Amino acid sequence: MKKYGNLILGIVGWIIAIIIFFPIFWMAITAFKTEQGAYSPNLIFIPTLDSFREVFSRSNYLGFMMNSIFISIGSTLVCFIFAIPAAYKMSFFPTLKTQSTLLWMLSTKMMPAVGVLVPIYFLFRTFGLLDTVTGLIVIYTLMNLPIAVWMSYTYFCEIPAAILEAGRIDGATVWQELWHLLRPMSLPGLSSTALILIIFAWNEAFWSINLTSAKAAPLTAFIASYSSPEGLFWAKLSAASLLAVAPIMVLGWLTQKQLVQGLTFGAVK
Amino acid sequence: MSIAAQQPVAVPIAAPGAVEKPNRLLTLLQAPAVIVLFLWMIVPLAMTIYFSFIRYSLVNPDVKGFAGLENYQFLTEDESFWPAIINTVLLMGAVLIITVVVGTLLAVLYDRDFFGKNVATLLVIAPFFVMPTVSALIWKNFIMHPVYGLGALFLQKLGLHSIDWFGDYPLISIIIIISWEWLPFAFLILFTSLKSLDNEQKEAAAIDGANPFQLFLFIIVPHLQRAIGVIVMIETIFLLSIFAEIYTTTSGGPGHATTNLAYLVYSLGLQQFNVGIGSAGGILAVILANIVAYFLVKMLAQNLKGR
Amino acid sequence: MKRLAFPFLTFLLTAVSALAQQKTVTIAVVNNPDMIELKKLSPKFEEKNPDIKLNWVIVEENVLRQRVTTDVSTGSGQFDIVFIGLYETPLFAKRGWLRPIGDLPSDFDPDDVFKSLRDGLSYQGKLYALPFYGESSMLMYRKDLFDEKGLKMPEQPKYEDIKKFADALTDKAKGVYGITLRGKPGWGENMAFLDTLINTFGGTWFDMKWNPTIDSPEWKKAVNFYVDLLKADGPPGASSNGFNENLTLMTSGKAAMWIDATVAGSMLENPKESQVAGKIGYAPSPIEATPNGSHWLWSWAFAIPKAAKQADAAQKFAMWATSKDYIKMVAADEGPFAVPPGTRKSTYDNPEYQKAPFAAATLQAMNSADPTNPCIKPVPYTGIQFVSIPEFQSFGTVVGQNISGALAGKGTVEQALKESQSAVSRAVKQAGLLK
Repeated sequence: MKKYGNLILGIVGWIIAIIIFFPIFWMAITAFKTEQGAYSPNLIFIPTLDSFREVFSRSNYLGFMMNSIFISIGSTLVCFIFAIPAAYKMSFFPTLKTQSTLLWMLSTKMMPAVGVLVPIYFLFRTFGLLDTVTGLIVIYTLMNLPIAVWMSYTYFCEIPAAILEAGRIDGATVWQELWHLLRPMSLPGLSSTALILIIFAWNEAFWSINLTSAKAAPLTAFIASYSSPEGLFWAKLSAASLLAVAPIMVLGWLTQKQLVQGLTFGAVK
Repeated sequence: MSIAAQQPVAVPIAAPGAVEKPNRLLTLLQAPAVIVLFLWMIVPLAMTIYFSFIRYSLVNPDVKGFAGLENYQFLTEDESFWPAIINTVLLMGAVLIITVVVGTLLAVLYDRDFFGKNVATLLVIAPFFVMPTVSALIWKNFIMHPVYGLGALFLQKLGLHSIDWFGDYPLISIIIIISWEWLPFAFLILFTSLKSLDNEQKEAAAIDGANPFQLFLFIIVPHLQRAIGVIVMIETIFLLSIFAEIYTTTSGGPGHATTNLAYLVYSLGLQQFNVGIGSAGGILAVILANIVAYFLVKMLAQNLKGR
Repeated sequence: MKRLAFPFLTFLLTAVSALAQQKTVTIAVVNNPDMIELKKLSPKFEEKNPDIKLNWVIVEENVLRQRVTTDVSTGSGQFDIVFIGLYETPLFAKRGWLRPIGDLPSDFDPDDVFKSLRDGLSYQGKLYALPFYGESSMLMYRKDLFDEKGLKMPEQPKYEDIKKFADALTDKAKGVYGITLRGKPGWGENMAFLDTLINTFGGTWFDMKWNPTIDSPEWKKAVNFYVDLLKADGPPGASSNGFNENLTLMTSGKAAMWIDATVAGSMLENPKESQVAGKIGYAPSPIEATPNGSHWLWSWAFAIPKAAKQADAAQKFAMWATSKDYIKMVAADEGPFAVPPGTRKSTYDNPEYQKAPFAAATLQAMNSADPTNPCIKPVPYTGIQFVSIPEFQSFGTVVGQNISGALAGKGTVEQALKESQSAVSRAVKQAGLLK
């Protein structure tokens, strides 16, 4: 009886998984079709790499990808430099204002980006940040910082203060306390935070398209040049999309365990 | 009475109790983050407020001078202003409900063991990694297109008329796309949270004669409360300013059917290059965001205190 | 190790100094096939001018407009060459945001460029942009389907003929739709077509005092005709079809007639991308009450922003890309039909190009489109599918959205036009045109 139950559960689980994944699957196989074939729904066709060849010859994919990598990892690192000390202070030495400070930080994310493009554009021009990797790192750091503080905060809150106090009584210096006690315990949480931040930075399209032109453009700008051209474009669009999405998806899949471990958000207790 | 108990919002359990007077050195740790975020908030905000009170068109420098409340008036008299606010709220509400409800059911399902569960999990979380523009393009072209889309071809095979998704059900189409994007996020958090629920607790409830429905309602749902709070909080922030999906699929139309506040601000400020009115829209969006944030804070405070 | 290091270092140094001398020209263009071809051939330019390196920013049309306008109007100087149209060029030039095009060498032969384009791209007698391609609009139809049904396209079709043909050609069971037209909102999307329709039905945007005339009977008649026609004989989802979606419907044989840009011709005749190559007939854009403004005139052109950092190198490239030689290069590379159309008389004098089925119709449309006289009545503006004031892109898009809503069945045409009338009034009042 139980066995049958699991079988049915499995079938239902798989059907849902396939439905959810289907659009991505369809994009992936369309990338291997010819441009004309892309418009008919055949599952059986002769795969071709034409679209990929076209995409590679048309745009410097590696350049875009390197920018994406630099910008998403760079902004995540800078984010941590600001977020970890703040989260440490807030979780282990909270004051009456801590909760409202946190919520205020999150509320800075609520301004729609489209509303502040012109002011930001002026500032970027003044400081020579237009079309620079540094400029996008600055924007993404600020964009992700509230989430970084908040996620690290909730994770630090999981760590029993008693352990740290015990360490202190044993004569550990602050540095030792941080390195030997806090670091190993918060690592899973911080790594999943990092992953989420990287994903957000990787996928952000508004600032990247508006503030970069040639030198610092990441993969979202690369997609923009395939998004709705004249003529048939589904296969080329699919190939470009697959190339843009694949690195981050593979990273996400490889690190799924860490992602899940770190996403506890105070729910363990 | 301890100090902590007087606090309006309970601090997390592990914290060693809040202090009235913060240590100066410790405040220094927090200061950089607070300062940069404050600048990030205040500088563009101040500039936007300034722009919202002047006549400022990028393409017509002859239009200039102090505008008073003219921009705000112009904006609120715009035919798409009220629809935009309603659409923003509808979009946010619908996506929140769908992702939380479906995410919970999915998490309960995936909490059980079945063959190939790990691989299936990977498939379920995949949409989270796809760029919004790409998701919108996939859905628009491959799935929902009324002539070439798979949905249309399927219906035609059955001898039915194809559905003109973006023409007849524009807002629903957008909600479907965005829910698809955010479902994995809700699922991941709920799934993780559920993992931490002791099996013993569940078994104990089962022994007490609880049926699966009661188990779900009285054990699982309360346990997930906090995780749901987190999902609502993070998603709200992103959903308030949904833009790329609308831009890629419907351009806010047909009519104003899918114009939300972010799209309206874009259309006024960047498509029509009227920075003055666009800025007024940005300020109103901030006000709306703060209203939502207020309720959110109330809800989450309750939520965090609950334990 | 040392022996290896030295040549490597010299190499590095020379590379660095070469880079330092190299002028980088950043070009912002739209992602259409002609631009892709230009980018493909551009290494030839770089070979000839080793001191110039080209950097491409290729985006879709709306993003391009937004980026270029922000950059040019704030004088940010991110781009050395921008790709703008007949509408923007005089407006930008008036503000001093563009550099006038310097002296053109005699082999460029400026007189070979269509006069209507040269005039449209000039401000106060000075040329501010070099046209890369030009277009008008025309009617494209499936000759094979017309023959099948025994229909014949008149020399100059009228809109009532179009309605009859569309009814006869629609076969929804087979997935063939009698006509497809632009429905996606935007001043450069559905309004481009609608403007020509409204012009020929006798409507205008404004009277001579800048009073909007959108709730006039002519507008109502034209827009109702458009909505009824597409509802009866158009494809599903018409309200989200732009140029590109319609091109796809046409090339895959789903649509029998289409009124749109003349540049579509070379795409419909490209057998690699089109299933209907060789089956298409070309006719002038239909008319109703007046031939004035029944087909548009547009050009995409290269301009150099005032703030450009490499203005000289930029002009060098712009001239190369719009020269006769470049047109020859494309003909050699992609075949004679694929050259950028609608800019030069010499293109149409070429007997090879005259064989293109769309060449004659394009030339006729280009020659007869007159943006200085777009309507049945005198109006205070020029431009067939646009109104030559900066506010147009704002209210044009709003009106486009309202009509697109009516097409999708969200409200009536009358309601849409009423809302449009008040939106346009507000816009011209704010601009100080209407007192």
